[in-house]
Amino acid sequence: MNAPTEPTIFEKSCPGSNPGRYVPAAEGPTPAELLGPAGAELLADAPPPLPEMGELQVVRHYTHLATRNFSVDANFYPLGSCTMKYNPRVNEWAAAQSGLADLHPLTPAPLAQGALRLMFELSRDLAEIAGLHATTLNPAAGAHGELTALKVIIAYHQSRGQKRTKVLTPDSAHGTNPASCTVCGRSAVPVKSRPDGRIDLDDLAAKLDDQTAALMITNPNTLGLFERDICRAAELVHQAGAQLYLDGANMNAILGLARPGDFGADAMHFNLHKTFSTPHGGGGPGAGPVAVAEHLAPFLPTPQVVQREGRYELDWDRPDSIGMVRSFAGQFGMFVRAWTYIRCLGPAGLKRASETAVLNANYLAAKLRSLLPLPHELPCMHEFVLSAQRPGQDDRGLAGRIAKRLIDFGIHPPTVYFPLIVPEALMVEPTETESLAMLDSFVAALAEIVRELESNPVVLDHAPHHATVAKVDEVAAARSPVLRWQ
Amino acid sequence: MDYVQITDSQRQQMLATIGAGSIEELLRDIPPDVRLGRPLDLPAGLTEQEARRAVRELAGESRGADRLACFAGGGAYDHYIPAVVDALASQGQFLTAYTPYQAEASQGSLQAFFEFQTLICQLTGLDVANASLYEGASALAEAVLMAVDDTGHRRVVLAEPLHPHYRRVVQTYMADLPVECVVVPAKAGQADLDALRTALTDDLAALVVQSPNFYGLIERQLPVLAEAVHAAGGAMVQVFDPISLAILRRPGSQGVDVAVGEGQPLGIPLSFGGPYLGLFACRQQYVRRVPGRLIGQTTDAQGHRAFCLTLQTREQHIRRAKATSNICTNQGLMALRAAIYLAAIGPHGLANVATVSLQRAHALARRIGELPGYALPFGDQPFFREFVVRCPTGAVDRLFDAGAERGLLPGVKLGAFDESLADCVLVACTEKRTEAEMDALVTLLAEVGR
Repeated sequence: MNAPTEPTIFEKSCPGSNPGRYVPAAEGPTPAELLGPAGAELLADAPPPLPEMGELQVVRHYTHLATRNFSVDANFYPLGSCTMKYNPRVNEWAAAQSGLADLHPLTPAPLAQGALRLMFELSRDLAEIAGLHATTLNPAAGAHGELTALKVIIAYHQSRGQKRTKVLTPDSAHGTNPASCTVCGRSAVPVKSRPDGRIDLDDLAAKLDDQTAALMITNPNTLGLFERDICRAAELVHQAGAQLYLDGANMNAILGLARPGDFGADAMHFNLHKTFSTPHGGGGPGAGPVAVAEHLAPFLPTPQVVQREGRYELDWDRPDSIGMVRSFAGQFGMFVRAWTYIRCLGPAGLKRASETAVLNANYLAAKLRSLLPLPHELPCMHEFVLSAQRPGQDDRGLAGRIAKRLIDFGIHPPTVYFPLIVPEALMVEPTETESLAMLDSFVAALAEIVRELESNPVVLDHAPHHATVAKVDEVAAARSPVLRWQ
Repeated sequence: MDYVQITDSQRQQMLATIGAGSIEELLRDIPPDVRLGRPLDLPAGLTEQEARRAVRELAGESRGADRLACFAGGGAYDHYIPAVVDALASQGQFLTAYTPYQAEASQGSLQAFFEFQTLICQLTGLDVANASLYEGASALAEAVLMAVDDTGHRRVVLAEPLHPHYRRVVQTYMADLPVECVVVPAKAGQADLDALRTALTDDLAALVVQSPNFYGLIERQLPVLAEAVHAAGGAMVQVFDPISLAILRRPGSQGVDVAVGEGQPLGIPLSFGGPYLGLFACRQQYVRRVPGRLIGQTTDAQGHRAFCLTLQTREQHIRRAKATSNICTNQGLMALRAAIYLAAIGPHGLANVATVSLQRAHALARRIGELPGYALPFGDQPFFREFVVRCPTGAVDRLFDAGAERGLLPGVKLGAFDESLADCVLVACTEKRTEAEMDALVTLLAEVGR
């Protein structure tokens, strides 16, 4: 199981080894007979060349593969901006329940009241947490939420006869922000950050004009700092006739403490797979609900969950809506998990989660600042950024080497090289679900690595040494891409 | 219930280390007039025991496929999911893993996704497949965006019958871009070849055809259309069904350049519409424009085979505004489920699923077509596992109400999508529908039709 490689299912394939008795066997007319004279040209000559394995072999294969992964269940992931908190098992149980997991999306409303009620309540809960008016659950991930919200904002401006072709984003913004602008046909204009890490209001004021559709801001920002001047920024944005969009990736810092609607946001997205504990799954599925102020609500995508005369239904008749952004109504299985999480925690639990996230981050920052440069002043919120660029040293690539060496300690590396405005950035977000012992182990591991940096730096150069594979050659992978087994 | 592990005394200890008197001091950057001065207006927190009761209550207010024999399709299908799929995909090391940016910590996920990419290439007969998009409709929008970007052309033609959600999503995505979307109506339930030929002008970026189409019919003109599309300098895009490719000709052999589809039938629960699985495959020429994640094979420092995310300069975290898509989180765990499903069921098992579904759908269609008052408007055309039934005037609502009482969901009401089809129902039949259920459905239709 800790062999250097695991053969692929294609290499394990053994023709004839799969008895295929999961469902009844075909009997009766053949496809060719059923499809008639036209049928012959429609049918393939043979089934697709998929591998053949017996069930035990399948089980062994995916059990072996599972051992070749880090996971929140097994490892600490202090990944900034990802909020790798514990994924409660009761949420998995909930999503698997009959009546929820096996519900067809086009089931008529009277037979889907439980699911619709769950969606209605989640929409309402998220609007309350956001301090905004209405929520759409349609978007499938955070980036999808950004795209949805931008389209809503564009539609709003259009309804007032304005085109507005620019969107401002701080230079510390997550890459999805400018990418989402492009998908909406808008140009992304960067706004500078001040040396203290916060948005430069003067630069913001200079760049705001009647062509600005929105400012997309993250708060706390991607350095883990609360934008103290957020209300002033909102004022400037609104004076220019633009809208304020909040990227809610960092909501884990302020649940029950502050609400984006209260500090001037017109629209925001949530990441259910960050703040609301739904599992990351190796890269999804997530969900990116968008909450908006009342003036933007008519433009929300379709369908929306509504309550009429005590019954719940999906409203498909929304004349001012931007349309649909995905098939059906949303990542329902993730809604069940998030709903269950919010019910379990309640208002007190959510607030405690954020307070503890902030406490844990400040504790780590206090302990780590003596090891590596901390470019910005404390306190931080739920995350902070260290720089592995030490004064007067050539530390190019050091953040990457520290990251790889952490793997040897059984700790997933923090986010590296983001945000772009900090050289050799290491963004650390412990979340609220870690124990003090785990936080102290992380400090001890980094202390050890910094010692190695002084005494024996070559250990870092060739890290990781104790992972399932040695350092992976990503350069070769991109040079001549092999994207499938041949 | 919550999951914080820090004790009260540890909290004090930590504050002392930080040099703060209270957590409030750590929150001092939040302007006081912005601080929420009251608890969030949400129900009080529950114990886990109470939460489970609350979930059961909710679940009991909905009738899933467990209690309602599901003859509904329309883009989501009640196929059998082998027990191994849940068992293996729910392993904590897959479920709670992060996106595989750190390759050395993620070989399990990376290899699973690399195998998934290969399986989708094998299924579609195309060269490159990505590691998933959100679901079928947005995958189609991404394919169209890629074609627009690749050709530099501005006109996109959508051939009806295309799933209405897919059409609407493409229109929403293109609304803020200088792209013209033309919808060509269907003829007799299928893509209208003559009308399409006229629509394929020189500034064509892409033609989108769904097969099997929204009414369940298999489109027979893909190679002919592909030729015309290529002559106009555009890309041929097919929306496919993954189960159907077990027995039907693959997109790669039909002149298709980009194939997108909904992977939900491959071991993913119905779950009221999501999370599902966007499938995306294309010819080699598009590899540097492909949206979403791509897993590549390489070696590690000791020469062993290893996997990693690759061609990342296409993606938002590197290229930002110039990325080929804004997608970040995709549908990793669903791609894993689909791969496990395909590995478990195998090529003959998949062909069997497709064949049984086809056989049962055709048998059911024949029986319904013989009922007085009922007709199959497109009954003379080849179809896969779904077909349109025209019911007696005004019978559709009665059919669904009576069906609910008998534990049957008769299909999808087409009136919701198109008023001219208000008397029509789209009926799907998979390998999960038993003889008894099919008998009950036919009996129901007969009784309501009287």
